[in-house]
Amino acid sequence: MGIAIGMAMEGLRPIAEIQFADFIYPAFNQIVGEAAKTRYRSNGDYTCPLVIRTPYGGGIRGALSHSVSIEALFYHVPGLKIVAPSFPADIKGLLNAAIEDPDPVLFLEHKKTYRSVKGEVPTGHYTIPIGKADVKKAGTQLTVVSYGLYVHQALDAAQQLEAEGHSVEVIDLRSIRPMDRTTILESVRKTRKLLIIHEDNKFGGIGAEISAMVVEDAFFDLDAPIRRLCGPDVPAMGYALTLEEEFMIPTSRMAEAMRDLVAF
Amino acid sequence: MAKAIDTPALERHGLSDEQLRAMLRNMIVQRTVDNRGFQLNRQGKIPFATGSEGHEGIHAGAAQAFHRGRDVLAPYYRDIGLCLGIGMPPLDALLSMFARAADISGGRQFPNHYTNKKLGMLSVSSIIAAQCTHAVGVAYAFKLRKEHDRAVLCTFGDGATSEGEWHESVNFAAIHKLPVVFLCENNEWAISTPREHQMAIKDIIAKAEGYGLPGVKVDGSDPIAVYAVVNAALERARAGEGPTLVEAKCYRFLSHTTDDDDRTYRTREEIERHRYLDPVPRFEKLLLEQGIVSADDIAALKKEVLAEVNAVTDEAEALPYPEPAELYANVYEGTHEPWL
Ligand SMILES: Cc1ncc(C[n+]2csc(CCOP(=O)(O)OP(=O)(O)O)c2C)c(N)n1
Ligand SMILES: [Mg+2]
Repeated sequence: MGIAIGMAMEGLRPIAEIQFADFIYPAFNQIVGEAAKTRYRSNGDYTCPLVIRTPYGGGIRGALSHSVSIEALFYHVPGLKIVAPSFPADIKGLLNAAIEDPDPVLFLEHKKTYRSVKGEVPTGHYTIPIGKADVKKAGTQLTVVSYGLYVHQALDAAQQLEAEGHSVEVIDLRSIRPMDRTTILESVRKTRKLLIIHEDNKFGGIGAEISAMVVEDAFFDLDAPIRRLCGPDVPAMGYALTLEEEFMIPTSRMAEAMRDLVAF
Repeated sequence: MAKAIDTPALERHGLSDEQLRAMLRNMIVQRTVDNRGFQLNRQGKIPFATGSEGHEGIHAGAAQAFHRGRDVLAPYYRDIGLCLGIGMPPLDALLSMFARAADISGGRQFPNHYTNKKLGMLSVSSIIAAQCTHAVGVAYAFKLRKEHDRAVLCTFGDGATSEGEWHESVNFAAIHKLPVVFLCENNEWAISTPREHQMAIKDIIAKAEGYGLPGVKVDGSDPIAVYAVVNAALERARAGEGPTLVEAKCYRFLSHTTDDDDRTYRTREEIERHRYLDPVPRFEKLLLEQGIVSADDIAALKKEVLAEVNAVTDEAEALPYPEPAELYANVYEGTHEPWL
């Protein structure tokens, strides 16, 4: 990782790939201690336009060290950007944006989406701005904020609710740091209810920051307590099918949580 | 590439006929278990398997040098035969593949990521070279507690020697003359990365010199030679004379795991060129020539081993997965709710 940082400081645009996000820990020192601080500590004299691509997430029988979500470990770190798109067209646009970005970007790819998600990708060069969420489904009764694999499941669950006569809005964050406050607040002010869904464990996760922000900025617009549906607070998902299934959130549980909040 | 490293005419290094036969058996069990993993994967019964074909000589030899009940092994995922050789039952290998509740890790760990404290086997991490620092810590504990006559056997691949933690481990062990043997299983490949993209030197033992510990190279397809070298290194460690880096040369005959296709990065010719290094037929032939086993003995042994592996396969397959509630056990001692 440090070698990629050196290349970036010298003006190249390196893309460092970590084979599985679980193996990023030996590089934590360089990412957090060096890449994120290069611009700051030189007061802008040096920059670090580095992209770190890595597959994260589970549901593929990857066991303890081919399944983790690492975003919460890094989203606390000023100086880093983090994106986690999960639609093919978003991935292309955000990867281009990450490469062109003047600062280090951690580019997270949910490994279960590699084979399970298909979509059209525009030809030619284009970028999608880092820090811009996308409303993947418009709705009026509940806002669901998610990212990664679970956006796809949340959309399926929202369709089920649609069939039951309920209107759910689904926001794909796409960027985790910086995060799109405007899109989240606009939606929550409209629907007055918020469900946050992520695979990473709950305590200290991305949902905690979203929840705090919404309470600070839109508390009086809420008609129900914010709800977080997250991975359990255990170190990892196990290899056995039963352990993995216990860790992952099925679409049915997402739909259930949506029903509860809509009815609140 | 390299030609055969000469094997001396049978120099037993003190190994009895019985030990030599046990080593052959270990190699055959290992190969049978390996094949079983790939078969079960191809049958769609398990999602993943890792083989160790080509490493049998290293494992059988090193396991004979290990003192059960006293030494500690810090293994990696390739060490099926080494773990079997120090006493892990074949059933445990199958329980690991099937991720059953009865597996020591409770079905949590990836296949071949064994643990067995009773046997002195540290829990295997997927993180390359992470076990090297742990091995050195265990050896440091032996030294601080003045537990002479105990040593740590730390194994890893050629790729692991590119990791910072590997270098930290070897350096620290050399400075403090710790009772640890670093055994590199150099199979020429780190998934799809060949050795020449991994290091600018030919022999990994060249790395020992800079840290001030002896480096010994050995033909990993010759279990007796491996035994001799690892045994001498472990004896040296137990005697308080410090660590040794052993490089056992071998060749990885299968893909890295069932998840990669080695046809995308190496030629069939390369594999065939190394076929003479296959330790199993080589050792069979040697013991036959020396009259230590007969052709009938070998045939009977293979039959008996296959029957045993079939039996433990059926036994493991019939056992249940862990209960979902097991996901929450052993996060801490006692309960673990983050909010109290
Ligand atoms: C820190 C880290 N980075 C990357 C990986 C992915 N990985 C798994 S096995 C492997 C190759 C290791 O090769 P080598 O040490 O030669 O052992 P071999 O598999 O050949 O026995 C890699 C890179 C990992 N497990 N840990
Ligand atoms: Mg290797």
